[in-house]
Amino acid sequence: MPTGTREIDEQTRLGQVYMQSLIQSQLRLTLAVIGSVVLVLGSIPMLFWLVPPTRTLSVLGLPLPWVILGILVYPVVYVAARIYVRNAERIETEFTEFVGRQ
Amino acid sequence: MSPAISLTAIGLVVVATIGIGLFGLRISRTTSDFYVASRAVSPRWNASAISGEYLSAASFLGVAGLVLVNGADMLWFSVGYTVGYLMLLVLVAAPLRRSGAYTLPDFAETRFESPVVRRICAGLVVGIGTLYLLPQLHGAGLAVQTVTGAPPQVGAMIVAVIVVINVAAGGMRSITFVQAFQYWLKLTALATPIFVILLVWHQPVGVLDSLHGAAAEWAEPLSRAGGRDHPLYATYSLLLALCFGTMGLPHVLVRFYTNPDGRAARRTTVVVLALLGLFYLFPPMYAVLGRTFAPDLVGTGGDTVVLELPGRVFPGTAGDLLGALVAAGAFAAFLSTSSGLTVAIAGVIDQDLLRSRLHRWTGGDYVAVNSFRIAALIAMIVPYLAFTVTGALSLADTVGLAFALAASTFCPLLVLGIWWRRMSTTGAAAGLVVGGIAASAAALVNVSGAPQGGWPRALVGQPAAWTMPLAFLTVIVVSKLTPDRIPAGTARSMVRLHTPEAVDVDRGPAPLTNRSTSAARPARHA
Repeated sequence: MPTGTREIDEQTRLGQVYMQSLIQSQLRLTLAVIGSVVLVLGSIPMLFWLVPPTRTLSVLGLPLPWVILGILVYPVVYVAARIYVRNAERIETEFTEFVGRQ
Repeated sequence: MSPAISLTAIGLVVVATIGIGLFGLRISRTTSDFYVASRAVSPRWNASAISGEYLSAASFLGVAGLVLVNGADMLWFSVGYTVGYLMLLVLVAAPLRRSGAYTLPDFAETRFESPVVRRICAGLVVGIGTLYLLPQLHGAGLAVQTVTGAPPQVGAMIVAVIVVINVAAGGMRSITFVQAFQYWLKLTALATPIFVILLVWHQPVGVLDSLHGAAAEWAEPLSRAGGRDHPLYATYSLLLALCFGTMGLPHVLVRFYTNPDGRAARRTTVVVLALLGLFYLFPPMYAVLGRTFAPDLVGTGGDTVVLELPGRVFPGTAGDLLGALVAAGAFAAFLSTSSGLTVAIAGVIDQDLLRSRLHRWTGGDYVAVNSFRIAALIAMIVPYLAFTVTGALSLADTVGLAFALAASTFCPLLVLGIWWRRMSTTGAAAGLVVGGIAASAAALVNVSGAPQGGWPRALVGQPAAWTMPLAFLTVIVVSKLTPDRIPAGTARSMVRLHTPEAVDVDRGPAPLTNRSTSAARPARHA
């Protein structure tokens, strides 16, 4: 059995450090995604509130709010999800190699 | 609208649903099959099934109706329904699958080592599930009424009976197939009329005219077209409820256990996001066209606009056929969401209320699967009775309150339970109770007669912005005050929740499910 997994199983201080670093890397990634969503989505109502002309601005024959909320949001959310999954899997691959190798 | 064609289409959906359900019956044998389809459903099947289950009456009929009546601010509903899955993906998807629990109460009991927390969760699953079943029955009643003129109880009864038969007959496995089929049916049913209208329309009235010009105030966000005070607060609070309530819906969580591992759970969610985004392109178009072709529906609450629009644009056979397609899609929506909810509620009733009692009464002489079937019946009877008593509330409003309740109870439990190692059992229980009471109180006040206006009405109508932070704060403060009540097995739980399956570590014992019935599940216990 690799020593890395034994440290985790026996809950030694080193094993706890391994686990904590895994959880913290994933949490940082999660918070980065949520932060971006809050920043981007959260600023849209504020934009409509503070700059009233954006409520009726016409883009390609449609009002801007309809273009953003009816169409653009969805591909953006999908891309964010793809980026998240790629990074989360990278963190897990590195962790697997690290604790398995020693 | 021609009732004969629409009824035929609805009949076909019902027959197909029961048919696929029976096909599933042949492959589901053990209790484990019933609950989670043996956890071997591929990401694509599963993503179609998750989307099929998630797109309810509120999405199929409610969003278009809300946008039609209340204008552009309601576009946030479909945005929130979708972003809710992104939040679920980044916060809970993989850890929840790795927890190995079948139901939310299972997760709570394993993580917090407390039967009390388990029982509170069981109660909340039944409460949120029932609150969410109500609008499905309401939508079914509305659809049958629009097509045939029959009273709402008829449509609701049809859905209730079919769902109970289907769930009791096949459990989760058949539901996976049924729901994957129903996603594609719903998308086709919603998209086809729009494409036909856009392709063949050559009249002087442009299809986008309702969005522009003097009478287009409804198309502006924050315009008070919906008669709400404090539209900015309402927008943010609604968004919060939808984004963080999705992960706390019982039928959504149960569905995640059917992924083979944590990685698959994540990948499935990404496909779900694509499927949801595709679907939600269409409801706003019904609202835009409805403003032009069916402006009288604005005064009726708007929930029937999706059903009525094809007939308004094309009087005659073409309209009848498209109307029948839409009615069939709407029925698929009621059936799939109701089935998922009924499985989730029945699972909890079965495990936490019924099985141990049946065991005692019959002296152990019964088959575990029968207990699940009785539970399925109970899970549907309660909301049906509630439906006949409460009558009509707006579709998306009831759903909004279910989301607020989920965001104020299960969201803090899951998020902090997965990411915060210093959460105590007392903190978990306190958060559930405080968040649950605050959100339910707001829902009750709202239903029984909302305050007349200003801030009180805004705060009660969209409670998530204060009930959700209140629940999080309660968990954190109480946990800090009761450090001796942090579960002893927290470190092992964290290993279980976060370590990839490829790493060979001790994950602790599997969650305690079906404690009194290990004999009924030889696959896991032999």
